[in-house]
Amino acid sequence: MELSERRAGRAVVLAPAGRIDMATADQLRERLIPMVTAAAKAGESVVLDFSGVDYISSAGLRVLMLAAKEARTSGSKIAVAALQPLVNEIFQISRFDKVLPCHVGVDEAIQAVAPTT
Amino acid sequence: MRVRFWGTRGSIPAALTAQAVREKLIGALVAASGQALDTPEKAGAFVDTLSFSASRTFGGNSSCIEVLSEGAGRVLLDMGSGARPAAGNALRELKGTPGEFHVFMSHLHWDHIMGFPFFTPAYIPGHTIRIYGCHAELEHAFRRQQAPPSFPVDFSMMGAKIEFVQLEPGRTYDIAGYRVTAKVQAHGGDSFGYRLERDGKAMIYSTDSEHKLENAEETDSFVEFFRAADLVIFDSMYSLADAVSVREDWGHSSNIVGVELCQLAEAKHLVLFHHEPANDDATIERVWRETERLEEITRGEHAVKITAAYDGLEVTL
Repeated sequence: MELSERRAGRAVVLAPAGRIDMATADQLRERLIPMVTAAAKAGESVVLDFSGVDYISSAGLRVLMLAAKEARTSGSKIAVAALQPLVNEIFQISRFDKVLPCHVGVDEAIQAVAPTT
Repeated sequence: MRVRFWGTRGSIPAALTAQAVREKLIGALVAASGQALDTPEKAGAFVDTLSFSASRTFGGNSSCIEVLSEGAGRVLLDMGSGARPAAGNALRELKGTPGEFHVFMSHLHWDHIMGFPFFTPAYIPGHTIRIYGCHAELEHAFRRQQAPPSFPVDFSMMGAKIEFVQLEPGRTYDIAGYRVTAKVQAHGGDSFGYRLERDGKAMIYSTDSEHKLENAEETDSFVEFFRAADLVIFDSMYSLADAVSVREDWGHSSNIVGVELCQLAEAKHLVLFHHEPANDDATIERVWRETERLEEITRGEHAVKITAAYDGLEVTL
């Protein structure tokens, strides 16, 4: 599973790509959770840029919940941004939009978790 | 195979309130304004144009399902408070003849056994009730709830012939004309799902089960259990967000996981079951419609019909 990383001020922007399902959720978890831990240690927040994700299953959403718990436990912040329409619907139906901060754009999410002004 | 839903609510019965009925009536009357609904037929036809939650209720009895087939025994799944109306209906259908009831228990939590003290055939000599389950405490749980101070009529006062039959999960039995297989599920103290097969049709009863789908081997075993089922009755009590956060390890699943398992297993019909007692009719209907939408947007080559169970629903396979 592709997972690119870039920095924007005090935020780490992680961008998974493709389908996050039972076949790929474990790979995402193995890479994402240490990245969230490392970001928290560095005093950074995490933005998940979902513009490249075209499907997420319950197994993938469970990984996001683990990442959110890890961020909260280690004193960091996490947000999701740029959901594709189908993924946005899955977030709404699963009520993940109620437990994870979701933003329309990546810049907006960065501003929310690591404001520059 | 005909499947009747006598109790569909999770954890505890939930009655419709006077206020909720009033709100439904107000909504219906406002929607009907200006229409000449001066016969029961016209009024009925109008009511059928309203949404389910505006015109009906999902009901509030706890888990009880009845399965009937021509030439087969009368099967019940769980003895929640829905067992009380199921008993009344069975006695009407039996017209005074002795009945034989085969009851399969998912587990022994209170909401799944509380209907038994009100299961009238249990008090009438001539009827036979066989209660099957995989829990070692099966008989004890039924006897205990009849004992003081919980209930005034002791188990020993029940006039029917009542037998308890221990089942082994994973083994397939021929019982009452059905091929029956139980499977252990994740729930406090364990629960057991059932697969019933007859005449080339298969139904799954999987309630009080937390399917996490995070372990491939476990997921595969449930996909095989559900494989090509004509009907899957599935515990969808919580939203996925609740099931993986504040209510993780509470032993229940979500509509999302139900759709995923049915898609993987190529099951035909998913019935959302064990509704959260805090949810009103409008909320349950919203979950139903959203689940239909989820199935639509994630569908591959196989379509799954989605229904939200309600007390009184009957499905023919």
